[in-house]
This record gives sequence, C-alpha cells and structure tokens, in this order.
Amino acid sequence: MNDIATTVAGTRVARHSASPFDVDRIRDDFPILKLFVAGKPLVYLDNAASSQMPQPVIDRLVRYQTTEHANINRAVHYLSETATAAYESARRKLQRFINARDEREVIFTSGTTDGINLVMQGWGRKFVGEGDEIILTVLEHHSNIVPWQMLADEKGATIRVVPINDAGELSMGDYEALFSQRTRLVAVGHVSNALGSINPLKRMIAFAHAHGVPVLVDGAQAVPHLAVDVQDLDCDFYAFSGHKMCGPTGIGILYGRTALLEAMQPFKGGGDMIHTVTFEKTTYNTIPHKFEAGTPPIAAAIGLGAAVDYLSAIGMPAIAAHEHALLHHATQMIGALPGVRILGTGRDKTAVLSFVVEGIHPHDVGTLLNQEGVAVRTGHHCAQPLMKRLGVAATSRASFALYNTMADVDALVAGIHSVQKVFA
Amino acid sequence: MTGNPRALYQEMILDHNRKPRNYGAIEHPTHHAEGLNPLCGDHIDVALDLARGTIDNIAFRGESCAICKASASMMTVAVKGKNRDDAQTLIHEFVDMATGRLDPADSRHIGRLAVFGGISELPMRVKCAILPWHTLQAALNAVATTSTEADGDPMHMSMGGA
Repeated sequence: MNDIATTVAGTRVARHSASPFDVDRIRDDFPILKLFVAGKPLVYLDNAASSQMPQPVIDRLVRYQTTEHANINRAVHYLSETATAAYESARRKLQRFINARDEREVIFTSGTTDGINLVMQGWGRKFVGEGDEIILTVLEHHSNIVPWQMLADEKGATIRVVPINDAGELSMGDYEALFSQRTRLVAVGHVSNALGSINPLKRMIAFAHAHGVPVLVDGAQAVPHLAVDVQDLDCDFYAFSGHKMCGPTGIGILYGRTALLEAMQPFKGGGDMIHTVTFEKTTYNTIPHKFEAGTPPIAAAIGLGAAVDYLSAIGMPAIAAHEHALLHHATQMIGALPGVRILGTGRDKTAVLSFVVEGIHPHDVGTLLNQEGVAVRTGHHCAQPLMKRLGVAATSRASFALYNTMADVDALVAGIHSVQKVFA
Repeated sequence: MTGNPRALYQEMILDHNRKPRNYGAIEHPTHHAEGLNPLCGDHIDVALDLARGTIDNIAFRGESCAICKASASMMTVAVKGKNRDDAQTLIHEFVDMATGRLDPADSRHIGRLAVFGGISELPMRVKCAILPWHTLQAALNAVATTSTEADGDPMHMSMGGA
C-alpha cells in the first residue's frame, strides 16, 4: 500500500509475543485503567459487560479516520480501495482467530444479539415450522432466548430448556433427553455471562449432529477469554461481539457454515447485498455480502481486526491461564468471607464471579463498591430465567479480563468488607 | 456517577432499612397497589386506610434494596395522618427532589426526607427511592399494579446491557 497510509503504523503489538505474560506491561496499554473513580484508582471488574480498549486499537481507529476512510466496495478511488482492503483484511484476521475454513463464512454484524437475530430471521423463519422444537438452556442470556421465542410464537414452534444443577452446570443426560423427531435447532451459550460456566459444547454439538440438528453458539463470553476454534467445535453458527474483546462497540461476528449461509434468506435488503436489481426481480450477492446490507461500521470492523492482532500477540492460552489464576484467587478469597455466597461453582469456568452478600441487596453492594473505585455489575445480568432457577432476584458480578491483577481481587475483597461494615 | 454514596447511606436510611416502620399488612385497606421494578426484580406492596378522608393507617412490604426499603418506611411515617391532597403534594415534591428538580431547602414539606436528596446524583438508583412513592400514588388512584417502566413515569429510563 501507498506511503500515505502507513505513516502511523501500530507497532506496539509485536512486543508481547516474545515475552512471558506481563500484566503490568499489558496494563500500560490501556489508558483508561489510569482513571480514578471516587478518588480511588479504578478497579474495573465489569468486563463481561464490556471490556476496555488498548492503545494499539485506539491508534488503529485514529489512523483509519485520519488517512484511510471512504465507503467500501464502491468507488475506484484510492481511499475507497484502501478502506475496502482494510475492512476485508479485518475479516481475514477474524477468520484466522476463530479458525473458520473460509473468510466468506465470517459475517460482520453489529454484535452477538444482531448475529443471533440474523440466524433467527434468515435461517429460522425458513426452516422452523409448526410443531418444531428449539432447545435452549436455562443459562442463556435474554438475547439467546427472546429471538427464539419470537420465532416460536410466529411459527407455532416450542422452546425446550436444558436445566442446570446447583453448581450452574448442564447435564448431558438432561440435554440428550430433550431431543425428539421435531428438534430443529440447539441454541446454546459457550460460556454463561452470569456465572462463567463453560458448557460441554463439543459433546453437545456431536450429539445434536448425530440427530441431524444444527447448533448455534452464543460465544460472546467465550471469545475474549478462550481460544475458540469453530472447526474443532464443529458448530454451525457462532456469534460474538467486538466490544467484549478489546474492540469497539457496534461490531460483531456471525460465523456460519457455508452451506447453511447459502441456504439462508437475506434478512436486511439494501445496497451491497444485491447482485442485480430491477423492479421485476433482484438477485442477491454471494456470502458474506448477502448479509451485509448498507454501509457497515467500517472503522469498528478494522478496529476489531486490530483487537484480534493485540490478543493474538499475547496469545489466548496465556490470557486464559492468567484469568484462571485470578478466578482461583478470587474464589478462595471471596468464598472465605463470612456472609458471602458464590453462585456458579462449576468445575469449568471463565473468570466470572457472581455473589450475594447476606442481608444486602446487590444494588447497594454495587453503589458502595463504586465508592471504593471498584466497578462490578449488579442486577439480573439479562438472565432472568437463570436468576429464578438460582432463587435470587439479582447478584453482584465481578468479571475479569487480561489486564486485571491479584491486587484488583484484593481491592474487591476489601470493598465487600467495607460494604458489610456500612450495614453492620 | 460521581455522587457520594456514603452521604446517602447515612444512619437514618440504614436505620429505616434495619427496622422498617409500618412494615407488614393492615386489615381492611381501602386502597392498595403493588409496585414493580422489572429491571432489578424489586417489588413492594402498599396498603392504606383512607375511609375517613385521612391516611389513618398505612403499611408496606416487599423485597428491595436498602434505599427502596428506607424510602418506603420513611414515606409511611411521613404520610400517616395526611389527607389525599397533602399526600399527593408530598409525592410530587419527593419525586421532584429525587430527580434533581427540587432543592429540598426550597420545600416546606420534605423535612427529614431530605436525606434522599443525594440520590439525584446517582441516576441508576433514582428508581429505587421513587418506587414506594410511585406505588402510593397508584394506590391513591386505585391502580392495582404499577411499574417503574409505566408510561409517563418520570423515572422512566433505560437500564440494559449484559
């Protein structure tokens, strides 16, 4: 590419690759972590809701807007070609990151919710009919429940729900028992957003496939924390969001198997998604463009590509190991606090810690922790059926990311202690 | 959200949370309503006796955070003995104070309820403080169930996200 476009190249990414995991150096990449809240250093533990952005991703967004922006897939001028190349390069980065077979299987969406709704509209409305059954789990986020209820209402289909044990784990036996001749789809989260439970996806997918049933995976809480390989999982659809993996908001990915994507109806009509248009008949573009009507969030897509570069340079296995150590420490420390109960005690978990403090409402916990500079999420976590199953209205949730430290865990523990003192 | 929660969680509020006044049910209420905050799952019941033109008896119960429970407890104390019009005035002034539209110093009615003045600095918690008052309003207007998401609700605002 031309010199104009390469004057501000992001070079900070590469330095992590040769060195062991160094959380202090990683923290230096995230300017927001230097903030003070209520006069205390920010302890950001709401990563399951949204993660923070490292400087190389911020720099990439600035470089795009400063020297590369135009609309894509249209004009023959320099900037349009530059923007198109950067956008498609981001798609290939995402393809490699999740090990999809083909870049055409990687569709840019606005996020996980958008991806799930795209499958509901494009695949579900075509292939699910009256009397058919869709299997979900009680762990699901509302965004992997409500679209399927809308489809079931429209088609006269039925939702069947896999239960969990008290630790927050699915049982394969319960799951297998839900299959029938009418099962058309399994829609399951890879990792529970409220509890951090990692579901036994490979076995679940293999069983569904043995019954000829495709599987959609809500991967929003998995991709930022685990090495995800869609070919190894053998899933049919996999949706995730950019803003939970150090990328921008407003961008996400739907991975789909080529054959399924080609069989699907487009959901949104408009520019870019067509091949030819006359008033008599429109023929659709090939995948993935068939599903990317209109001007996409180009900068956000390119920023997500930069986030993938950043995470890849550190390495997902190293990130997972670091976060596992944080989870282990937090579970021990918070589990030892009198009057505090951890929800979600399964064996396979990402670094999400949901808890309730005896006699103190989660919203009071959250407001008082904020006073200590500690940001946690409080509420039902968009998982009301799960809250009902656990017998609580709401929880407090600390969720960790690659830049969190053992000191952050200690700040949380001290914060919970100070909340208990206010209410003592 | 840079308000000072320490100032909010002061002794009067903590005391009403620990030992809520007028907690429970009353016999033969003339007015009753249930208030829900679907965003956090909190709910409270307010029942009162207005048979003689004044609120001679009032009680509440439910499950909620400390802010909501203390607000309900102090509300029952504040409106007991008041007639409908005076209760309505107080409801409006409390809501205006909690949403930052009324300085408690400018009110002749707010009195001790001024301890909730700081809630307007914590937008995500305003609904917690207002829910009991909204429910009392619904009870006075013979609306059986209300919600913080009801139409025309001054506290209506979105709280979403994962």
